[in-house]
Amino acid sequence: MSDAKNTTPSNGSPGDVDEIFVEHPFRQFVVMYMRNYAAVAGLFVFVLIVGAALFAPLILDLDPFEMVDAPLLRPGEGGHLLGTDNLGRDLFVAIIYGARVTMAVGGAAAGITLVIGLTIGAMAGYYRGWVDEVLMRITEFFQVLPPLLLAMVLVALFSPTLETVAIAIGVVSWTGVARLARAEFLRLREQEFVKAARSIGARDRRIIWLVIMPNALPPLIVNAALTVGIAILFEAALSFLGLSDPNVMSWGKLIGDNRDYLLDAPWTITFPGVAIFLTVLSMSLIGDGLTDAFNPKLRER
Amino acid sequence: MSAPDNDVLLDVQHLKVHFQLPRKNIFAKASKVHAVDDVSFQVRRGTTLGIVGESGSGKTTTALAVMRLTPVTDGSMHLGDTDLVALEGEALRKTRSRMQIIFQDPYSSLNPRVRAGAIVREPMDLMNIGAPGDREGLVGELFKKVGLRPEQQALFPHQFSGGQRQRIGVARALATQPELVVCDEPVSALDVAIQAQILNLLRSLQAEFGLTYLFISHDLGVVQYMCDEIAVMYLGQIVEQADRISLFTEPLHPYTWALLSAVPSADPAVRDRADRVRLVGDPPSPIDPPPGCRFAGRCPFAEARCVAETPSLRTIRSGHAVACHLVSDDGVPPQRRR
Amino acid sequence: MAETLLKVEDLAVEFDTRDGVAKVIDNLNIKLDAGETLGIVGESGCGKSMTALSIMGLVPIPPGRIAGGRILLDGEDLLEASEARMRQVRGNEISMIFQEPMTSLNPVYSIGNQIAETARLHEGLSRADAHQRALEMLVAVGIPAAEQRINEFPHQMSGGMRQRVMIAMALACQPRVLIADEPTTALDVTVQAQIFDLLNDLKDRTGTAIIMITHDMGAIAEMAQRVVVMYAGRIVEQADVDQILTDPRHPYTQGLIRCVPHLTQNPTVERPPLLEIPGVVPPLTHLGTGCPFAPRCQYADAQCRAEMPPSKPIDDDHAVACWLTERETAA
Repeated sequence: MSDAKNTTPSNGSPGDVDEIFVEHPFRQFVVMYMRNYAAVAGLFVFVLIVGAALFAPLILDLDPFEMVDAPLLRPGEGGHLLGTDNLGRDLFVAIIYGARVTMAVGGAAAGITLVIGLTIGAMAGYYRGWVDEVLMRITEFFQVLPPLLLAMVLVALFSPTLETVAIAIGVVSWTGVARLARAEFLRLREQEFVKAARSIGARDRRIIWLVIMPNALPPLIVNAALTVGIAILFEAALSFLGLSDPNVMSWGKLIGDNRDYLLDAPWTITFPGVAIFLTVLSMSLIGDGLTDAFNPKLRER
Repeated sequence: MSAPDNDVLLDVQHLKVHFQLPRKNIFAKASKVHAVDDVSFQVRRGTTLGIVGESGSGKTTTALAVMRLTPVTDGSMHLGDTDLVALEGEALRKTRSRMQIIFQDPYSSLNPRVRAGAIVREPMDLMNIGAPGDREGLVGELFKKVGLRPEQQALFPHQFSGGQRQRIGVARALATQPELVVCDEPVSALDVAIQAQILNLLRSLQAEFGLTYLFISHDLGVVQYMCDEIAVMYLGQIVEQADRISLFTEPLHPYTWALLSAVPSADPAVRDRADRVRLVGDPPSPIDPPPGCRFAGRCPFAEARCVAETPSLRTIRSGHAVACHLVSDDGVPPQRRR
Repeated sequence: MAETLLKVEDLAVEFDTRDGVAKVIDNLNIKLDAGETLGIVGESGCGKSMTALSIMGLVPIPPGRIAGGRILLDGEDLLEASEARMRQVRGNEISMIFQEPMTSLNPVYSIGNQIAETARLHEGLSRADAHQRALEMLVAVGIPAAEQRINEFPHQMSGGMRQRVMIAMALACQPRVLIADEPTTALDVTVQAQIFDLLNDLKDRTGTAIIMITHDMGAIAEMAQRVVVMYAGRIVEQADVDQILTDPRHPYTQGLIRCVPHLTQNPTVERPPLLEIPGVVPPLTHLGTGCPFAPRCQYADAQCRAEMPPSKPIDDDHAVACWLTERETAA
């Protein structure tokens, strides 16, 4: 096999004069991502949802909590594209506004996850020894706690605001990122270019953040994309259980509010459900595309 | 060992590097890897000392210890007048500009996300070599010196072939204008046809800049070509040390002799030599090694004394030292006495 | 003259890559007699491993493709054989050992189990018989205390021992051809010598023919009777091992021998620079019509760059594909 792999052209031996061809890695990255059609579709859906969340409220200028019509109207009835819910609120408007909350909470929670997980994983993997022992025991402690229960307790203890929800989700889901980051750091710190950096006099901080981190990031970014999806599901679960800000419209809350009408008016639950499904699916497709784009082996083909 | 004289750039005395292994369970005795066990050698300025040995011999650990890239358990190391073992923190960081290392694997030794030019420039920035404005020119010069074109600075490592990547590694090592360059198996990951290019390059750079090399390799042919003096390591210890000519013409230690005769040779005269010997078994593990001569278990001549007493490295004749009980004081090795 | 066991005729293998079609093997002709060791030498990318995979029927298709030729084992064309037939051939008649003994063994089964499995698969032996066979094979490849070690797992063994186990597995069904792809590259030199002795010894005892793939001319000299030198998927020279070493004709063969610092017993104080082969192997997707070695060859002229030299016999069993020798012989 090695024979076939090594046949990729090497640009310029010392003797010959070929043109220097510098392709910026970001360009290659985009090209590789674009080759994965499912990932492009995922990105399209995601941009659509984010766009709707950001701009529709500015254009529509409606209150998602306003009771505009009779409750439980079917999709299309009374000029309501997706019908109305149990309180006569327009489902389409509610879903559009809900997207903001869902996205914000999902994004913030994923950000918190990444920051905690990266820091802990990087320290444990780079310094090893007792630092690793202590940090990994803490990680394991968080891993064995039932995440939903812990998040419920956190939200119930503090006020059920969006910030609390995002922090609660972040606090229960960073362990995976930490373990992944630790594994990457453990692997990369033994690479010779890290030894080379030390031998030319680079300090620890430089080695962690400028030498190892950029090489450790690709799998972590992929993981972060998936984490956004998981955080969205988490937020929906919490809202469904009534543990979110009652003054803010979210998809989970829509489903929770309408769960008693599941059999009479299934659309009230189906449409927010589809919104959650599409968002999480798009995140997962994007994660997939990023994996491909980051993989240098696929790039050389 | 002789008194330190001005000619010696690197002086290593009684170096020990031990690694503690994690206990298998809380009742088990902690095991120690004796990676390097009481190793002494000197490298004279402008020359090349080769350390040769099989896997587990501790040759790479010795190189990393000299570079202070692995913790030193005991012993002393001096680079010129500087005590390398005592250095810590900022002082150690500064001293690193005087010694540099070329790694074995040209694929893992270059950061894949940094352009070739920046890789070579980084040590200059960290070590304050030259005025910042001059550094770009210096990098270009180095590229030419190692046989690359200055325009290639803008490329990323994966756009180079293995041999070219190793040239970048050489340029990076030379960027701080070091006195000592440690070469850790610099050609063993390269294709046979490319090895000659790098070996010739290293020798011409040595002649041009008066570099001192500590050259680590498992390939006896390469060592014979590159080194002025050679130390043969086995399981963490130097078993024989001599200048290039006498080591290969009159190997004293049975291990050196076995190593030389194990090398497959393209020369029919060597292949059909009657005194070629085959060792049985594998090199034993450096974890908790037994007392006595570490080679005794595989040595065809081993006696009771070899298992009981550790032989010390003694000088048989000028510049030729061996650690074997069975080599007589007038330099007759056991393999010649049969 | 011994009977010809394996014959490769005009083999061509292509790979589809992003940069076009790569001819990883082109116009390859080799023959292997019963009981001999044939060496294949070259740099990485020269097609030597792909030759082995072609014979084993293991070329990944796609992106690979057999573009032509025949591989005859005792007159049977393996390229025409069904997959079921190839499964019989692999292990039973042709076996292969790989470079990396660390990764070629399955870590979750004991070594005895893995050898016995091969024998059971191909010969339908009973469990007890297969175990007995595994034990015999371990003894045959020189593993000490085989009765105890048969139950050990790969991670409990050293690299050299693992390579012995690989050889035991490969020989468990008494194949007629053994392909050894860089079998000692990952091993220490004293262990390498043991493996060479073992292979030579087994060959003499069982009559298994060996194809030895390596980049090391020294290893070839120790092991092989005949040598094929490959460059960029083509054979540039083939001959008896002594002829290749004493009288290499192709500039690439000459370079391959002289660019390596060979260990000598009588080193001189003078150390002339090593002969360099400049540049690297060209990309197989853009070879052009000329000799593939021409861009790196110091003797190359217009004809070399324009036309591919044919392989011409210059002696009994010594053939070279080079315009230079072609013209010399004609003159």
